[in-house]
Amino acid sequence: MSTPNSYRSGPDEHGHFGIFGGRYVAETLMPLVLEVERAYAAAGADSAFQRELDYYLEHYVGRPSPLWFAERLTDHLGGAKIWFKRDELNHTGAHKINSCMGQILLARRMGKRRIIAETGAGQHGVATATVCALFGLPCTIYMGATDIERQAPNVFRMKLLGAEVKPVTAGAATLKDAMNDALRDWVANVDTTYYLIGTVAGPHPFPAMVRDFQSVIGREARTQIMKAEGRPPDRLVACIGGGSNAIGLFHPFLDDPGVAMDAVEAAGLGLDTGKHAASLAGGKPGVLHGNRTYLLQDDDGQIAEAHSISAGLDYPGIGPEHAWLHDVERVNYVSATDAEALGAFKLCARLEGILPALEPAHALAHVARIAPKLPRDHLIVMNLCGRGDKDVFAVAGHLGVKL
Amino acid sequence: MSRIAPRFGKLRTEGRAGLVTFTMAGDPDYATSLAILKGLPAAGVDVIEIGMPFSDPMADGPAIQAAGMRALKTGMTLRRVLDLVGEFRKTDGETPIVLMGYFNPIYRFGPERFAAAAAKAGVDGLIVVDLPPEEDDELRPHAAAAGIDIIRLATPTTDAARLGPVLAGASGFLYYVSVLGVTGTRTAAADDVAAALGRIRRASDIPVAVGFGIKTPAQAAAIARVADAAVVGSALVQVIADRLTPDGKPQPGTVDAALAFARELAGGVRGARANAPAGA
Repeated sequence: MSTPNSYRSGPDEHGHFGIFGGRYVAETLMPLVLEVERAYAAAGADSAFQRELDYYLEHYVGRPSPLWFAERLTDHLGGAKIWFKRDELNHTGAHKINSCMGQILLARRMGKRRIIAETGAGQHGVATATVCALFGLPCTIYMGATDIERQAPNVFRMKLLGAEVKPVTAGAATLKDAMNDALRDWVANVDTTYYLIGTVAGPHPFPAMVRDFQSVIGREARTQIMKAEGRPPDRLVACIGGGSNAIGLFHPFLDDPGVAMDAVEAAGLGLDTGKHAASLAGGKPGVLHGNRTYLLQDDDGQIAEAHSISAGLDYPGIGPEHAWLHDVERVNYVSATDAEALGAFKLCARLEGILPALEPAHALAHVARIAPKLPRDHLIVMNLCGRGDKDVFAVAGHLGVKL
Repeated sequence: MSRIAPRFGKLRTEGRAGLVTFTMAGDPDYATSLAILKGLPAAGVDVIEIGMPFSDPMADGPAIQAAGMRALKTGMTLRRVLDLVGEFRKTDGETPIVLMGYFNPIYRFGPERFAAAAAKAGVDGLIVVDLPPEEDDELRPHAAAAGIDIIRLATPTTDAARLGPVLAGASGFLYYVSVLGVTGTRTAAADDVAAALGRIRRASDIPVAVGFGIKTPAQAAAIARVADAAVVGSALVQVIADRLTPDGKPQPGTVDAALAFARELAGGVRGARANAPAGA
C-alpha cells in the first residue's frame, strides 16, 4: 500500500478510509444518516457552534485535562519518561463525555427531542445520561443484560440521571447486541430521535465526527508536552475497543513522522484462546453496524462474541479509521491480556495514587512492557482515558476479595 | 433473466396481486424448512423469500431474530442456504426465489463467487438490508452478470431526492417497507401505503411489493388491493415458532401449520380485487 500524503485527510466524501468505513445501513436510516452528515458539516463551519462546545468543555467537563508526569512509575520501570493524559479527571470520569457534549449540541441544532445510546461498561451511557440531564432531553440507554450485571454502579448512576436503561438479552447480551437494539430503536423513531454513538464506529459520519470531538485530547496533549518538554512526544499509547480515546489522542499527531503510536487491544484470556476482543489481531474485514472494518467472525461471516475483563473493550469490531491506520501501518496495534491489565491496575494504584479504569489499564500494561527497554529521554504520552472507580467491584472479584 | 419479471407479468395478466412469503433458511432445521418451502407454491405463494441467517440482524424484530438464531444453532451457513435453494429447484423450476439478509456473510463468501453460486442454485433475486444504493456497487454488477435481480428497498423516509437513485438501480421488483421500524412490529395504514405507491408509480413502472407488519389474511388483502404483491414474514415465522418444542425442535404438524397459514394468506390476496372495479 502506498504512503498517503497525509494520514489526516480521511474519510472521503462517502465516508471511506481506504476500503473501510462507509454507510452500511438500512434504507430507512439512510436519509437520517445523510441529514446528520449535513448538520455536522454545517456545525463545523459555524464558529458559534465551536464556541458553545468550548464553553461546555471548559466549564462543565473540566477541560483541559492535565498532563501528568508519572515520575514514580517512570522510576520504577527505569526507562522511558511516562506522561499520563488525564482524561479520567473529566466530569463523569472518562473521555466519553467529550463526544457526548459535541453530539448533544448537534442533536439540539437538528431539533431532535429524544436521545438513544448504547453502552458497554456504562461509561458512555453515564456520559450520555449526563448531557441529557443537562439539556433536559429524554434518554434511553441500551445495555446488554450481562453488562448490566457486571456494571451495576453505572446502571444506577444512569437511572439517577433520569435515563431509561433497557436491558438487551439477545446474543451474549453485551455491547454489540446493545448496538443492534439501539439501531432498531432508531429505525423505528427516526423523526424524533438522535442516536448518540459512543465510539468511532457506526455509519459515516459518526466515525469522523466522534474522532473530531475526541481530538481535543491530542490537541491539548500537544500543547502541554510542548510546554513541559519543548518537543513532541516520541510515542503515544492508548487502549482500543472501538477506538475513540486512541484516535482522539493520535489524530492530531498522525502527520508527525517522529511520533510512534501504539494502540492496545484487549487480549482477554490470550489471543490463542479465542476468548479475546482483539479485532485486528484476530479478525478479518467485514461489515457490521454501518461500516466495514476488522471484525471477529467465523468463516461464514457470523460475528463472534468478544471477551475482555473490561466491558468497555468487549466489542468484536474496531473503528474503521483504525482498520485503515493498521493496514497502512501508521499505528502499531498490540494487545494486553486480562491478567496484564489487572497487574497494571494495581501498579498504577500503588505508584501513582490513581485507580485507572480497566480499559486504560491495558494501555498501561503495554507501557510497563516497553518502557524499561527504552532510553530515558524517550517521551511516552499515555491516555489515561477513564478512572477505575466503576471497576472496583469487578477487580475485587478477580482478586478473590469479597466486598 | 430471472424468474421474477415473468412472474409479475403473469400476475398482471391474471389481474391480481401476488403473495410473497418469508421464512428463514434452516428454521427450525434444514429438513423442515425445505419441506415448508416445497409446499409454498401449492399453497398459493407466488414469490418465495428465504432468509439468510445472520448473527446481528439489525433490521429485524424479535420473531425473525429468533428464527435466525434457531437456524444458526442447527449449523446453517450461507453455503447451506444455497444447497436448500438447489434442492427446492429439483421440484420447482418456476417460482422465483429471493434471498434476504445482511451483507457480511456475502462479503466473506466473496460477492462475485456468491452471485455465481446463487445463480447456479436457482436464486432469482437478492435483498441485502444493510447495502443501500450508496454501497451496493460491490454486489450489483456481479449479481447482474449472473442474471440475479438486486431488489432495492424504499421506505417512508425515502424522499423524492432519493427515490430516483433508488429506482435507477432496482430490478425485479421494488420492496416498499411500509412502516418505520423493524420487521413484524407496526402495521401501516392502507391509505398511507396507497399514497406512497402513487409516488413510486409516477416515477417507475417496476412492480412494487409491500412488506413489514402484514400479519393477517385481511391485512394482506388490503395491501393486495393497492400493491403488486404483499409480503408476509414475521407472522409466518411466528406460526412456525409456535409449533416447536421448548428447545426449538419441530413437532408433527409444524409444516402443515405453516402451509395452512400460507393458504389463508393466499386466499386473502387472491380474493382482494374480486369486488374491486377493474383497473383499481
